[in-house]
Amino acid sequence: MAMLYAGPIQDLIDELARMPGIGPKSAQRVAFYLLQASTEDAKRLAHAIVEAKDKVRFCERCFNVSDQDLCEYCRSTRRDPTIICVVQDPPDIVAIERTREYQGLYHVLQGALSPIEGIGPEDLRVAELLKRLRTPEDGSPAVAEVIVATNPNIDGDATAMYLARLISPLGVLVTRLASGMPVGGDLEYADEVTLGRAIEGRRRLEG
Amino acid sequence: MPGLYKDEGIVLKTIKLGEADRIVTLFTRENGKVRAVAKGIRKTKSRFGGRLEPFTQVNLMVYKGKGALDTITAADIITSFDSVRNDYLRLTSGAAIVELVEKISEERERSFPTYSMLLGALQSLALGGTNVVPAFLVKLLSISGYHPQLTVCAGCSRKDGLVAFSPALGGVACDGCRREDHNAVRLTPGGLALLQRLLANDFGQDSDRDATLDLTAALRGYAEYHLDRPLKSLRFLVATG
Repeated sequence: MAMLYAGPIQDLIDELARMPGIGPKSAQRVAFYLLQASTEDAKRLAHAIVEAKDKVRFCERCFNVSDQDLCEYCRSTRRDPTIICVVQDPPDIVAIERTREYQGLYHVLQGALSPIEGIGPEDLRVAELLKRLRTPEDGSPAVAEVIVATNPNIDGDATAMYLARLISPLGVLVTRLASGMPVGGDLEYADEVTLGRAIEGRRRLEG
Repeated sequence: MPGLYKDEGIVLKTIKLGEADRIVTLFTRENGKVRAVAKGIRKTKSRFGGRLEPFTQVNLMVYKGKGALDTITAADIITSFDSVRNDYLRLTSGAAIVELVEKISEERERSFPTYSMLLGALQSLALGGTNVVPAFLVKLLSISGYHPQLTVCAGCSRKDGLVAFSPALGGVACDGCRREDHNAVRLTPGGLALLQRLLANDFGQDSDRDATLDLTAALRGYAEYHLDRPLKSLRFLVATG
């Protein structure tokens, strides 16, 4: 695209336009918002970006984002170290934490296997997961269960099946998040695959 | 002309679009390869639910606007091929099949043979058929204008001593012609016979595993040579299968 604005403005627009989901128009809108904002606001944003880039790294054990060597879950003494929940990306941990149903540890794969995109196990944190299962940290008990919480789509399913093939022979229980009806949903509008899995995964009601 | 149309199709792939949408690539019965937006599909309570996942055969209602992408307004499952997704080898095989269709076909070029062959391949995979991937490769390449020469040497027309498969020559090759194509791969007499059998028969032909792997590698080379782009799922299948 031709240079339409003076150097620094165009540079800002170009940098913003490199971000995901931001096209040239949005970049222009954000750039002019920043130019009209107070100098303190702009500096605060710049500082936040630099701070995050400097301080945030990946947890050495589970590869969640963290500002220390180990993330808050791996550091915690209240979490159950015998269960590991495997997720694709850090935001998935936040989603699971919001449920308040899970007290174990996590492992972030940093993606999912994708035959179509050519993403293989070597592109993910699979080897690190296996290492955690084989050699627990000093003094911590062996992992008894791995919950595979990858997305219920084709890549997530491929990842789950691949992990099950690797982990089951180690004598560790491998489970997968249940698939079924969303709470507040309507049976009439459910698709066959989801409803089929809901029937397959039905459970006993205590009367 | 803008407006609604109905069709039946098989989902080849989906990619994320914006906050909650996806662009779904389908191979349809009447319109060939179509790319269409499914709005809101990534939300948990989307009315599309699991209806537009890869391999699913669906009845569609699509709005064709003025832009390049159509919009899917309704989808109903004809066959979910859930059993293809529930087994690792079937899933990676299915991925290789849909990727080839996606890469070899042009948008909005109707091809009923391609559609029925794709459907047949998925049905065979769902039933646990063997050799579906190499059979599909050679059949689809054949009807797409890349029919390989399998009876005589593709370089010099010799009838005996056929020892390799040459992507550049477009078929089997004798030892002399093989040397002219450094991408040519060795083919055992058993491999050649299997290739001929796969091309001539329905899906689900038996063979030993080594012959299948050799043949899949040879056909991958052939397809990539003519499409001039990598087939990632096929490499994945060979590497992790």
